[in-house]
Amino acid sequence: MNHQQIDEIASGIRRRVFEHVMKHDGGYLSQALSSAGIFACLYGDTMNLEPLPAPLEPRPFEGVPASNNHAYESGDRFNGEHRPVSDRFFFSPAHYALVLYAALIEVGRLAPDALDSFNVDGSTLEMIGAEHSPGIATTTGSLAQALSQANGVALARKLRGETGSNWVFMSDGEFQEGQTWEALAFAAYHRLDRLCIVVDANGQQCDGAMTSVMGIEPLLPRLEAFGWDAYEVDGHDTPALTSALASGRDSDRPSAVIARTDPAYLVEPLAARAPLLHYLRFSSDDERRVFADAYQRLLETV
Amino acid sequence: MEIVTRPHVENFIDWCRTRPEVLALSADLTNSCELGKWRDTYPDRFITAGMAEQNMLGVAGGLAREGFVPFIHTFAVFIYRRAYDQLAMSVAYPNLKVRLLGFLPGIVTPGGVTHQAIEDIAIMRATPNMTVVETGDATEVESVLDATEHIDGPVYIRILRGEVPRLFPQDSPMVVGESRTLSLGDDLTVLTAGIATEEALRACQALERAGVGVTHIHVSTHKPFGDAAIEAALAGAKHGVITLENHTIIGGLGSAVAELMAEKGIGSGLTRLGLRDTYAHGAAQAHLMREYGLDAQALIEAAEHRLGESTGVSVDDLSHARVAAIHSDAKAEAL
Repeated sequence: MNHQQIDEIASGIRRRVFEHVMKHDGGYLSQALSSAGIFACLYGDTMNLEPLPAPLEPRPFEGVPASNNHAYESGDRFNGEHRPVSDRFFFSPAHYALVLYAALIEVGRLAPDALDSFNVDGSTLEMIGAEHSPGIATTTGSLAQALSQANGVALARKLRGETGSNWVFMSDGEFQEGQTWEALAFAAYHRLDRLCIVVDANGQQCDGAMTSVMGIEPLLPRLEAFGWDAYEVDGHDTPALTSALASGRDSDRPSAVIARTDPAYLVEPLAARAPLLHYLRFSSDDERRVFADAYQRLLETV
Repeated sequence: MEIVTRPHVENFIDWCRTRPEVLALSADLTNSCELGKWRDTYPDRFITAGMAEQNMLGVAGGLAREGFVPFIHTFAVFIYRRAYDQLAMSVAYPNLKVRLLGFLPGIVTPGGVTHQAIEDIAIMRATPNMTVVETGDATEVESVLDATEHIDGPVYIRILRGEVPRLFPQDSPMVVGESRTLSLGDDLTVLTAGIATEEALRACQALERAGVGVTHIHVSTHKPFGDAAIEAALAGAKHGVITLENHTIIGGLGSAVAELMAEKGIGSGLTRLGLRDTYAHGAAQAHLMREYGLDAQALIEAAEHRLGESTGVSVDDLSHARVAAIHSDAKAEAL
């Protein structure tokens, strides 16, 4: 896919999420602005996922996994059939669910009107998704658990001689959790070379700027010291991003791409709300108008 | 009584010969969990996770999603205390076929509070999708792998190591959901699990000799709990029910029995013996069983309280106690 097409996917993700936020008077907007380019690169270019014959309709919630729940279907089916040569996708910060759903729509894996059921009672398009939600293979709303599970899958696939890569989308806040460092050490020790992380390093977390909560930098040399092949790029520069992701995929070690991003990318008024960017909620009609104008400007840039 | 040394070692090796999908995961307690010879037998199927249990639980989940059957071997406390969120979200919620072998149940170890799993059954019982079983002798250690193999979800196995008595015949394996009735009598019903059963056998034999009719039931399945024999024994006890467990009395066998009695409207009364909402400390098993009232003598006292009269059973009557040599070969890796 050429970079103009990738950028169109990224724009579509931002537009869909912003539209949803305006319609519902709030939501996880900063995550979409920072990570749209990452999802566009992964789903539009980098990941080798089996194609779907047509976008899938989301199913209503049909219970949690249990031995007697035969109706259960994993949200991973939106990522295509599992084959030895195909890639897998693991979605770690489940608070980005709206961004993932928008990305799946943009690449034709999820029905175009699916966001109408976002956060609606009884829908699988939950606000903080679980493994019944479209595109989600593991239940990771409790942050930093996906990488360990991806370790297990990557190890299983290595034992079977499979060649597909295993991609893990992470947020930078998850590098505060001790489990992340346990998992990084495990992957390096067991040489899980088909394991690749991409980090949306937007510098934000629930309480505000990460530097005001607990710093994790310098992330690049920390990853390298743990035995990972690490890259750092501008996360809005999709040619640089796809190039780093390709290098990571071809590495003979586990690899990580740190995508440095702006949580208010292309939406100026959001930056004015710093440091509280985690969840956007309008505090006045004036503020709503300011964001409505910003939404119009974003549409015009597409 | 036959004492079997390290029943899990050869049993697990033999059992895995025809099961290439089984992997063993260890967090730096390989010999302590009787897995060293297995590692040397199947080096390609042994996954060392280092002292990093949170990641290990997630790795187990990932392996199980791909069709392998991971057997986690570590001390029980490091499964349910250190890594509970990972256990719940990466293994139990997705209902994955992971086997969690929790060593050092309750006060069997002199390792003290950090090594003693005293509330594991309570926590595992409260965890949806989890099956909870406990081994009480060598036969159960040898048969628990077969007994739980059909369960398509996570299983927590409270397992014994080292020198383990054989209480039950080898041709009488553990069956999930089936208790063992060890004696029948209509004065008292005694339910025990794990190492408490061997201890209770001495007390129940002495009570029988003193003319007290005791139905003694050994429980190996904590969840799902309750079968027809248990219900009948609870309903039929003239002077009520006593539970004895190597666990806190909150949330374990005693609580499960209380729940069942309440649901069935059985009002004969219940005495729960076990750790009384307290942590323990590092000392020999026999010493701790006496100190915390988990021994045969405590059971006799509870029986007399329920009967409202002395049974005449003396400490000497209970003196058949098997005391394993603390520094025997089997305890070489005591921690």
